[in-house]
Amino acid sequence: MKSKKPLIPYLIWMAIFVVIPLGMIIVNAFTDKSGAFTLENLDRIFFKDPTLRYNFLNSLRVALISTALCLVLAYPIALIMARQKPSTQRLLHFLIMLPMWMNFVLRICSWLLVLQPDGILDVFLRNVGILSPGESNPVYMTETAVILGIVYNYLPFMILPIYTTVAKIPQSLYEAGADLGCSRWKVLCKIVFPLSVPGVISGLTMVFVPAMSSFVISMKLGGFALMGDIIDNYYKGTGGDPHLGAAVSIVLMFFIILSIALMNRFDKDDDVVLA
Amino acid sequence: MMRKSLSWLYLGLVFLFLYAPILIMIILSFNGSHNITVWGGFSLQNYENLLHKQKAIESLWNSLFIALLSSLGSCVLGTLASIGLNNLKKSRSLVMNISNLPIINPEIVTGVSLMLIFSFLFSGTIGLGFHTVLLAHIVFNTPYVILNVMPRLRRMDQNLYEAALDLGCRPVRALWQVVMPELFPAILSGFLISFTYSMDDFIISYYTGGTFQTFSVFIYNSLKKGPQDWMLALSGLLFVAVLSILIIMNVHDIRQEKREARNA
Repeated sequence: MKSKKPLIPYLIWMAIFVVIPLGMIIVNAFTDKSGAFTLENLDRIFFKDPTLRYNFLNSLRVALISTALCLVLAYPIALIMARQKPSTQRLLHFLIMLPMWMNFVLRICSWLLVLQPDGILDVFLRNVGILSPGESNPVYMTETAVILGIVYNYLPFMILPIYTTVAKIPQSLYEAGADLGCSRWKVLCKIVFPLSVPGVISGLTMVFVPAMSSFVISMKLGGFALMGDIIDNYYKGTGGDPHLGAAVSIVLMFFIILSIALMNRFDKDDDVVLA
Repeated sequence: MMRKSLSWLYLGLVFLFLYAPILIMIILSFNGSHNITVWGGFSLQNYENLLHKQKAIESLWNSLFIALLSSLGSCVLGTLASIGLNNLKKSRSLVMNISNLPIINPEIVTGVSLMLIFSFLFSGTIGLGFHTVLLAHIVFNTPYVILNVMPRLRRMDQNLYEAALDLGCRPVRALWQVVMPELFPAILSGFLISFTYSMDDFIISYYTGGTFQTFSVFIYNSLKKGPQDWMLALSGLLFVAVLSILIIMNVHDIRQEKREARNA
């Protein structure tokens, strides 16, 4: 089994469907409608177009808030899960996976039913008496609704990798920490957290990337555009400027690859400990 | 005791958050009223509406078909690639990095880039449609198959293959009868992951499909007019399907673990 031949079809495949398509986006980003070389598109993103810059920073902000919220919500769940007996752990794992298997668009549809005017939340709050009849909840079509939608969609992607690393930490390490006089809190900070860093990093990337390039969630629940919607608008919507769309895609892609690379730097020596 | 009940309370709240929207949809799927968020008594009206929604059913078949074919395609391509990759030395990590690009990249960038190449290749002839969505799904599923198969391949005893050759197998037969059974569990889990991602995908199908609609794309297009009653019925059916598949898989896993424990 020393032959490298079986790789050949995949190399050709990747050349046609991965490398060349990205090359085409790069070429589009640096050309105008006539096909001539130009830096105009990048110039617009970085200097000339304040709305585009605002949208980029806004997406970054929404993505950071959502990712941080996911981390804060997910970490305790991972800890609690890892403490249960194996059969309970399996059940909880199963329950976290299940919503991920429901269709992405249907998950957004479910939040629309909850949040939209006269939706489930309004009906509920009116019955309880918090809203007077005819009044609607203040969350729909705001940034809060978008963050809620993103956290809902991607929370399992934060929980599962953290849980996987935390569950591998042997019980003896907790006991050793306690024997040496650490409080539970100190065991958590000095032993558990450092060992879970690879899981945290993989969770952060799995949430941050789709949140930053979020598409559909923001338009449906918040009524405003994030990076994904903006790129979509240049290609399929009223924006009608594929070259600028390509430039935005490239900037987004490099930004994301850079942040993944940065995050992975923190992960270098931690892998070895449990191996 | 206090700590324990606090943990369960917290878990309960998070699960409430994860499940409330889904449960609401399932409950409302049995709603008999014309206004979908106002309860009007139990009825199967929404399910009947779904049956008459020819295009929704069609798009569901489209998705299942694409998911099945693309997962099979990815398994063949990904397994072959893994075997070849395993024999690479210096350039392995470079090839892996390129291979992982479609899953690291934001989905919309992958979608747009594939749309560009497909328009270049097919415009003027067959255009965008079933075939381009299928190709696109193989593009983003194959890395998952490789990520599943590679570790299994590296753990495997390399001498088994050599032994088969020494005993007179031709390379292809040795691969088929000795290596494949060893890799099968990893390929199967790669297949299942691919199938799920393929069913769940919206953005890439939306960009590469032209007028061909998968189930996600069809729901998205219909959602422009707000949530519809048949979507509720669809989520009810989907939930039951997903629940049964996951239960079957789990029971299978538990049995297998028990068997392994007995043998050990």
